[in-house]
Formats: sequence, C-alpha cells, structure tokens
Amino acid sequence: MGYVAIKGGEDAISNAEILVDYYRVKDATDPIEIDQIRTQFRLLVDKIMGEGSIYAPEHAAIALKQVEGDVFESAFILRAFRATLRRNYYSEVIDTDNMVVERRISSAFREIPDGQILGPTRDYTQRLLHPNLAEETFGSIEKFLEDFEAGAILENGNEIPKYSRVVDLLRKEGILRAVEDNESGRLVDITREAVKFPAPRSAALQMLARSETGGLMCLAYSAQRGFGSAHATVGEMRVGKVKIAVKDSKGRTRSIGRIKVTEAEMLSRIHVPHKDKVPYLSLGYGLCFGQNETKAISMGILDRTMRSDGDAPSEAQEFVLYHTEGVESYGFTNHLKLPHYVTFQSGLNNLRQAMDRRKKEMDKWRVGNMTRDDFKKK
Amino acid sequence: MIEQKKFERAYNYAFIDEGTKMEIRRKMLKAVAIPGYQVPYSSPEMPISRGWGTGGLHASLSLIGPKDTFKIIDQGSDASVNACNLRNFVKRMTECKTTFNTSEATIIQTRHRVTEEVLTDKQIIVFQVPQPEILRGVERFEYKTRIMHAEADYAKMWVSLYESYVKFGDIMRGAGYPIKVNGRYLMSPSPIPRWDVPNLSHSNAIQLFSAGREKRIYCVPPHTLIEPLEFEDVKFRVEEFEGIKCAVTDEGEAFMDEIYENESSKKFVINDSNFMDRLKEGTRPNQRLFKNPPRNQ
Repeated sequence: MGYVAIKGGEDAISNAEILVDYYRVKDATDPIEIDQIRTQFRLLVDKIMGEGSIYAPEHAAIALKQVEGDVFESAFILRAFRATLRRNYYSEVIDTDNMVVERRISSAFREIPDGQILGPTRDYTQRLLHPNLAEETFGSIEKFLEDFEAGAILENGNEIPKYSRVVDLLRKEGILRAVEDNESGRLVDITREAVKFPAPRSAALQMLARSETGGLMCLAYSAQRGFGSAHATVGEMRVGKVKIAVKDSKGRTRSIGRIKVTEAEMLSRIHVPHKDKVPYLSLGYGLCFGQNETKAISMGILDRTMRSDGDAPSEAQEFVLYHTEGVESYGFTNHLKLPHYVTFQSGLNNLRQAMDRRKKEMDKWRVGNMTRDDFKKK
Repeated sequence: MIEQKKFERAYNYAFIDEGTKMEIRRKMLKAVAIPGYQVPYSSPEMPISRGWGTGGLHASLSLIGPKDTFKIIDQGSDASVNACNLRNFVKRMTECKTTFNTSEATIIQTRHRVTEEVLTDKQIIVFQVPQPEILRGVERFEYKTRIMHAEADYAKMWVSLYESYVKFGDIMRGAGYPIKVNGRYLMSPSPIPRWDVPNLSHSNAIQLFSAGREKRIYCVPPHTLIEPLEFEDVKFRVEEFEGIKCAVTDEGEAFMDEIYENESSKKFVINDSNFMDRLKEGTRPNQRLFKNPPRNQ
C-alpha cells in the first residue's frame, strides 16, 4: 500500500475530474453561451442565486454550465464563491412598497386597489409539451418579438406605477396584527454567526431565503395538508425589481442597483387561548431572490408555522431550518459515499460479539437436540 | 456582458479571509479554555462539500502557516481519495510542506482515526466531526441538548447505555463512544473506533474537533482526563483483534482493516498507513495500548 496507494488515490481523483469534463462536452455540440443560460433559463438562474445566497446572474449561469445543470451543485459553487467575498456593507432595508411591479396578485379579494396584475406566469397555461420548440430559430424568435412589441400597449408611458398594499386594508381594520410574543428582534447575520435556537426571526428568515426550494415546499405542503395548522391565504404576492441602497462612509444613502425579488405576505388565523378573546389574522412573510413564487409562498407559510406552538415538523423551528438548508443536506447525504470502513469495523466487532454471546447462551440450554427456543415453545 | 476580469480572483492565504480566521481562532481559544464544550462558530462555506471535512479545514487553515508541515488521513490512510483532495487543496492555498510521516507533521487533520503513534506537544491534531452532539441520539433538539449540557444532566445517555446492556448484553456503541472530558462535559470523540478513545486522555498534543456543517468547535487540551462512560460492573472495551496479525507486516496490536479476498477467505491489514510503512522499515513507533478488562461472567 503506502506510497503506491497514495499515487493511486491522487491519479484517480485527477482522472475523474478530467473524465467528468469530457462527459460535459463529449457529444461535441455547440457550446452554450453564458448569456443564453442567463436569459433563457431565467427561473433556474433565479433559483440557484437564492440558494447560492448571492445575486449574480452571470456567475450563476457559469456555475450551471460548469456542472451540467445540477442545481444543488451550482448553488453550492455560488455559496463557496460568495464566502470568499468581503462584506463591505449591510444594505438598507429594501422598500417593496416602491417595487417596479411585474406581477402582483391577491387571492384574499376578488378585486384589489390598483388591480391584480397577472404578469409573466405559467399558472393558467395548459401544460402541453411544445414540440415546435425543437425547431425554434433565431428568426422565429425575432418574429415573435416584433409581433409582441407591435401589440404591446404602454398605458402609463414612462411613469412607474406604485401599488398600495393589500394587507394594509386588513391592518387598518384591526383584523391583521402582529402576534404579541416575546420574540427576539435582534438582527443577526447568519453568514458570520452560527445560529442558536430558538433563533431570532431575522436569522430564521435569512435561512429560509437561502434554503432549498424543494425542501421548503415539502414542509410547507405538509403544514397545509394536516401536519400542522396552516390555513394560509395569499394576502399579496408581488414580483418585481427593488432598489438596493447602502450607507457610504459619510452616512449618505447610495443606491447600488436593483434586484428582482418575489415577496409573499401570507395570511393565517391566529387561535387565541382564552374564550373571551377574538381570533385574528397575522402574517407569514416570504422574500427571495428573483422570480421564485413557490419558494416565497412556502417561506411565508413556514415563517408562520415555526412561530406557532405545535408538534408537527413544520412547527419545529430547528427541524425546518436545519433540514431545508440545501447545501448542507446535499453535502452530508453525499458524504455517505466516502469510505467508512473503520467505523463499520467497530460496529461489526460489536455485532459478532453479540452473536457469540447468543450462541453460548443457547448452548447452555441445549439438551440433546432440544434448544432453549424449543423449551420455550413447550 | 461582463468583462472577463470579474472572474479572475486571487484567494486569500489559506483561502479563508483573515477576519474569519481570527474569529475561528478566538473560538478555538474558548474551546481550549472549556474542555469538551461546543463553541458555535461562523463556519463559512468552503469549496469542499459540507460533510466532507469543511470543519477540519476551517481549523487547519486558520492555524496553518508557511512553516507548518501538514498531514491528513482519512480512515487511517494518507491515500484515501478525499484525503488526497483536501491535501492538494491545503497545499495549493498555503504552500506548506505536506507529509505522510506522523512524527514530522505539525498539524494532522484526521477523519475517524487517531494515529497509532503517540503524538508530541509540538503537534496539533484536528478531527473532522460529522455530528458534534453526543446527546443527539437521545435528544433530537439542539436547544434542549444545550440545556442538558449546561446542567450536566446526562441521565438520558446513562439510561441508553443501560438499556443497551439489558437488551444485548453489552454497551453496543461502536465508533463515536461517549466520553466525559475533565469530569464535566460529555463529548463525542467523533466516529473514531473505541480503540482510539483511551489515547485521547492525557495526550501531549492539542486535540481540536471541528464540525463544519453543524458549526461547532470543541477541544480536548493536552493532559486532560478523558473517561469513556462505563458502569462499575460493565466496562468500556476496545475492539478485539486477539491473535490477529497484519498480512503485510506480520505484526499485531494495532487497529486492523478486514479485507475480503474472495467469499471464503479474508485477511487483516494494519489500518494506519504510516504506522504500517514504519513497521515495514523495521521500526515500531511509540504506541499506547489499552488492555481490555476481564469480562464478568
């Protein structure tokens, strides 16, 4: 073994790396351009920017290309990249009231002030496969764009409309209010400080915003189906661009750009303990990078369930936050592929001794062909 | 499209930025000061998968300098693919010397083994820890286990060991045997075999345990008492390799790997790859061997 085996291990991993690069391009098709991934896989890029915890569409597109479209792996590469960047500023609180809205809906009311804006969504499409996409050409895309632009009507000219908030209506009426509890309002940075439980809401929301969409949906769904008590309604969900601002060294607020976010305000009923009091509504809040409505809504549901008492999985803050963390659960699940022969040997040793003990015990009771178990049966 | 230079990034020495390295070192000092206590730390993402030794890397990379000599083993072997990958990464990021020779190393990172060779006070050993919470098997919530540690309330663990004895006739814990540090905190030694557990006690080297995914660092400082949990009449026992000789060196008294050659025959080989190399050269490095107590009948 010794030195030869070392060479073996080294060679194997470097060859595997070359081989997987070969698999990426072995069919010798046209290379995908980063810009194509960034624009035509828009929703995928949004998703991994959220899980990768960095708003950087080009980096996300490169990561996707590098790992042949593996979402977990791409998000992981972005996270590792972001961890090497210095934190120069903390941004000011983003103002979603002044969002440049692409889409905003409320399922709580039929009509809402300033109107429902359906925007870009596949919610009401028929999920039929479009085989003609196999024949799509640059020409057909240009034609579509021309037709689209000819038919588009700009209602408000260049003015960006501002939309009032649906949940404010309920807030004014007193039906919607904050739950009065002794929750810590401390603002933590989960990238600089390990989370402790019970975690303050700021930490919980940060973790949910970085969590894996599928895992989040699974738990949010369980809460609605019966393992938990969420009966959430979409008070308002909006998708659009918001300004990011930071304070410079002289204390002036400086805008550093815009990012697209999805925000969900989920309404659910709060059950009050005493009969003399009146139940009311409270908010579960979700906000994530890009257009990722499944995530924002799931987040809104879990933000609420984690703060209610109950013994369902979705109601245990620790359970939700630890296990929806995609990069960590992905890493640990795959670490099982590492050799475990020492650990396994230690367990084997115990099992063999247990078998020996059993055999000795059986032998003590053996009379002729009768074993202890035969005696028991009688 | 963005300019290409945006993606040209020189990494900081030892990959992690200096601010975070300082933070990790502060947490290590706290861990040294409170033996066995799990100190939460920032645990930044690494370009290595979570669960594959990120915690160990945080500790090693915050300590390492260009004059250090780094050794890394996985399941006792310098040759293991993951050990090779991590060794290459550390070397690339620090330009330090690397070695397979246990006695030459100043920092040894390990997964699931302690070296057979006794370590010195010039050495630091860093354990990769998958699950730092020894009580996790008896209490699933972190906020509760923290309270149990604070109150030194380890009743649930004792009961679980007792139940194991009643059901199966022995304490059936394999790797990761529960230990008490300095008479106070219950601690997971990471999934090292029981064979290695007694060697943690009164070690000359600093023994750091780092769990990246779980974001906890803890420590067994030099010359600190480690006691594996045991009853007066049911004692802690290490794995037995009685009468078993290594197929390569014909030596015994070391932790053995069991290798199946085919369905009917198997052989044993010494697990610690450097220890075996030294035996082949004809020297047997210093070892501390634990003798199992006689069994009560």
